[in-house]
Amino acid sequence: MLMKIFFKFKNLKYLFLVFISACIENAPLDSLSPEGPYARSIDELFWLTFWIAVIIFVLVQGALLVSVLLFRDKPNKPEPKQVHGNTKLEIIWTVIPVLILAFIAVPTVRTIFDLAREPEDALKIEVIGHQWWFEYKYPDYGITTANVLVIPSDRPVRLEMWSNDVLHNYWVPKLNGKRYLVPGQKTYLNLHADNPDEFWAQCGEYCGLSHSKMRGRVISLSENDFNLWINNEQQNALKLEDGSLAAEGQSVFLNAGCTQCHVINGVWDTQGDRIAPNLTHFAARTVFAGAALENNKENLTNWLANPAKIKPGTFMPNLELTEAEINALIAYLGTLK
Amino acid sequence: MTKILEPKKQNSIFRRPSSETGIWSWITTVDHKKIGIMYGYAAFFFLLIGGLEALVLRIQLSQPDNNFLSAAEYNAMFTMHGTTMIFLAIMPISAAFFNYLLPLQIGARDVAFPRLNALSFWIFIFGGIFLYSTFIFGTAGAPEGGYLDEEVSWLGSAPNGGWFGYQPNAGLKYSPGTAMDFWALGLQILGIASLISAFNFITTIINMRTKGMRFMRMPVFTWMTFAVSFLLAFSLPIIAIALFYVTFDRNFGTSFFLVEGGGDPVLWQHLFWLFGHPEVYILILPAFGIVSEVLPTFSRKPLFGYAAIVFAGFGIAFIGFGVWAHHMFASSISTVAQAGFGLSTMVIAVPTGVKIFNWLGTIWGGKLKLNTPMLFSLGFIGMFVIGGLSGVTHSIVPADTQQTDTYYIVAHFHYVLFGGAMFGIFSGLYYWFPKVWGKMYNETLGKIHFWLMLIGFNLTFGPMHWLGLQGQVRRTWVYAKETNLQFWNVIVTIGAFIIALSIVVFMINWIFSKRNGEKAPFDPWDARTIEWSIPSPTPVWNFSTAPNVKSLDDFWHSKYDEDEEGRAVRKPTADQLLIDLEEDGLNPKEEIILPNPSYFPIVLASGLPLLGYAVIFKSIALAVVGVILILSGSFGWGTEPLEEGH
Repeated sequence: MLMKIFFKFKNLKYLFLVFISACIENAPLDSLSPEGPYARSIDELFWLTFWIAVIIFVLVQGALLVSVLLFRDKPNKPEPKQVHGNTKLEIIWTVIPVLILAFIAVPTVRTIFDLAREPEDALKIEVIGHQWWFEYKYPDYGITTANVLVIPSDRPVRLEMWSNDVLHNYWVPKLNGKRYLVPGQKTYLNLHADNPDEFWAQCGEYCGLSHSKMRGRVISLSENDFNLWINNEQQNALKLEDGSLAAEGQSVFLNAGCTQCHVINGVWDTQGDRIAPNLTHFAARTVFAGAALENNKENLTNWLANPAKIKPGTFMPNLELTEAEINALIAYLGTLK
Repeated sequence: MTKILEPKKQNSIFRRPSSETGIWSWITTVDHKKIGIMYGYAAFFFLLIGGLEALVLRIQLSQPDNNFLSAAEYNAMFTMHGTTMIFLAIMPISAAFFNYLLPLQIGARDVAFPRLNALSFWIFIFGGIFLYSTFIFGTAGAPEGGYLDEEVSWLGSAPNGGWFGYQPNAGLKYSPGTAMDFWALGLQILGIASLISAFNFITTIINMRTKGMRFMRMPVFTWMTFAVSFLLAFSLPIIAIALFYVTFDRNFGTSFFLVEGGGDPVLWQHLFWLFGHPEVYILILPAFGIVSEVLPTFSRKPLFGYAAIVFAGFGIAFIGFGVWAHHMFASSISTVAQAGFGLSTMVIAVPTGVKIFNWLGTIWGGKLKLNTPMLFSLGFIGMFVIGGLSGVTHSIVPADTQQTDTYYIVAHFHYVLFGGAMFGIFSGLYYWFPKVWGKMYNETLGKIHFWLMLIGFNLTFGPMHWLGLQGQVRRTWVYAKETNLQFWNVIVTIGAFIIALSIVVFMINWIFSKRNGEKAPFDPWDARTIEWSIPSPTPVWNFSTAPNVKSLDDFWHSKYDEDEEGRAVRKPTADQLLIDLEEDGLNPKEEIILPNPSYFPIVLASGLPLLGYAVIFKSIALAVVGVILILSGSFGWGTEPLEEGH
């Protein structure tokens, strides 16, 4: 009952939001505009606590201001009564916070367990943290991809996560809270988007030089689109015959050193994991380089010319490619749809 | 005439030093007041450096995708900002207060172990110098196998793993170079300093209280010193061991925190926060103590619920050891642990609330004199309440998983540690200024300082709540333009410079008033505790005769009675009492024996950084010199004579 009153009360938040967001539109990492059931249950809990906090804030700061205004020293003000304490009052202001906290504790504990439970029909996806990009594997479909996580919007996904190097922290604010990626351990996080849409992700935990550029995108697709995407991702890339700019780019890829770390299924297969993103469907991704850059020609040119300038500490070396080689590579990467 | 005994000339090579003025008197001093003053200035110096680091960070963040700093420089700056403010600014500035005030508040001549007190100060100084020498000797670079576009500059060659040094990122593989070794060993040295003073203060409080100074008559500041000392004594050994593990992992091939060697990176988180959370209370409890002195004095009322405030302080200190995993809610801890630590975190809000309500009860119905120390104490309550409330939102575990690692957290702990601890500290600096220097500070400049700082502070840290909720992640060198976070970041940066301006006003006031301020009256605030019953500045010997304490707020009760309504009435004898006290205070009638100065604390302390360099540079020679200094310091310490005849 009380909860309901508070949840009604929380509609006031829109007033507050309008006021404060006058200068901000469309923050893609906004944690206060949930777009899925998990994030929404957190959001409700936050606003419940927020409004209780606002009431306490107003009461306490009000008492402080009133005391200062009422009791400030004036000429001829008599000496104050020497009050040493008041047991009854002190018990009251110990018990009331206890009751308020007990009131918040119930939905808190319930939500903790709700969020941790594995959903029944969830799609399992593995998330592997690398300095400084996220790798995604779909064990049911044999797909490996990076930077852009594609999920179905009609059912929840269960992320099984670990790190390949240091601690990372996976965060898609509009879909759920954060969860660490820990080397040597597995952690889990559920995501579910209401509608087909695109969301931003960001690594939360400080993970070294390019932590700030360890970002990501999550794209939720309708059932049909998701199946199309799966089918496409399962295709190998075709080996190009000589004679085109893209084919030149393919030979740059095969000979300049890219194959030390990257895989393109059907062109350069290899056993075991490589330390860099799988590029088989590179052109199908909207972003690259740990989602720090939009996937376009200008960004690719800058990146291939000097990766460490964009992501300090990156494991991708400057291969000293010529402009012609870079153009050929970009043409080739554009074919990897 | 005073009858302080002059050290007699002795013929031994171990003659005790005898300078009373000049630099040697400071280097060899064991006087708690001089040590306190040195702690204060050293801590303030580091506070300025930490503040400059913060300004540099804010310039970088004022624009999206800015390149004012390189990533390496930015990471070094935020690591050093946090490490400096916590270990080199707030902790030692609290130590300055403990040192100066503790003996005065309990009516003692000095702390229990004056030479240990000096030792702890010099270890702190050498630890700070050692840590900051990273800018000269330290190296940092890309993780093993990674590439950098440009050499790491001197600014970036400082520790860069965060003040929390999460493993394995702060390990050798991912943070190569020596910078993180400077961090681990520097904190180790600083920890020794704090540990020594913790035991010194515990012993002093238990053993050195004057006649009639029962525990429940001690000023709250003394109580909080007591609580902080226990917190230090129990929490520092944990971080000491963890830092040794890190040093061994980085230098001697162990793998306490490395998965590939069977270690566990989450173990580091547990050890670090098992220290790190009590550390938060180590930083804030001294301010609680200061505010509990200032509010009653300027309200002209006793502290409301003295016993409750004291026990709440100890309650906070105790529960503070049981909440550490709330720093790890997003980490790999179990659901049950999340629920348990969420609840324990809620519990700690209760004693904190008790304190706030009792402070409000103290000013309620009082006669408030709104001068600078009082303004800072009132500001403290207002700002600390905000930090406390945002703290409660962290105990809501699901909400915390959205907020953790964002600027929301940065906002929260700055409201606690700046709006809380630093406001309290400034309150104390103004409050006891007349006691320490015998001069009055300038009230107008003090008020300008307060208002500038209050405005600057809220402009800086208020919007950070919003930025965090809007998705600005901590420790990020750049943020994308598309995240639409620029507007408030500009405001925050402006706020940071207003804070800097307020600090300039503070420094002007301090320097000017110390030189040319009006002479402070004997008891400028009509205060309550016995440190105000002696002349200002405090004589070298503190109390001419050991005071005999008959009640809580003894000094107040020697000046005031209560009428039948319970209102304070000044005793007719009060004025004469003050004149007599000043006369007595300046002219001790009995022979006073003060602890002898000593060369050996600084000698002993100087060996520790050499041991640190020995590990970093893998040099046996440095280790040998360090050990020799420590041993000869200890030997001289043990064998130096007392003054003849005593």
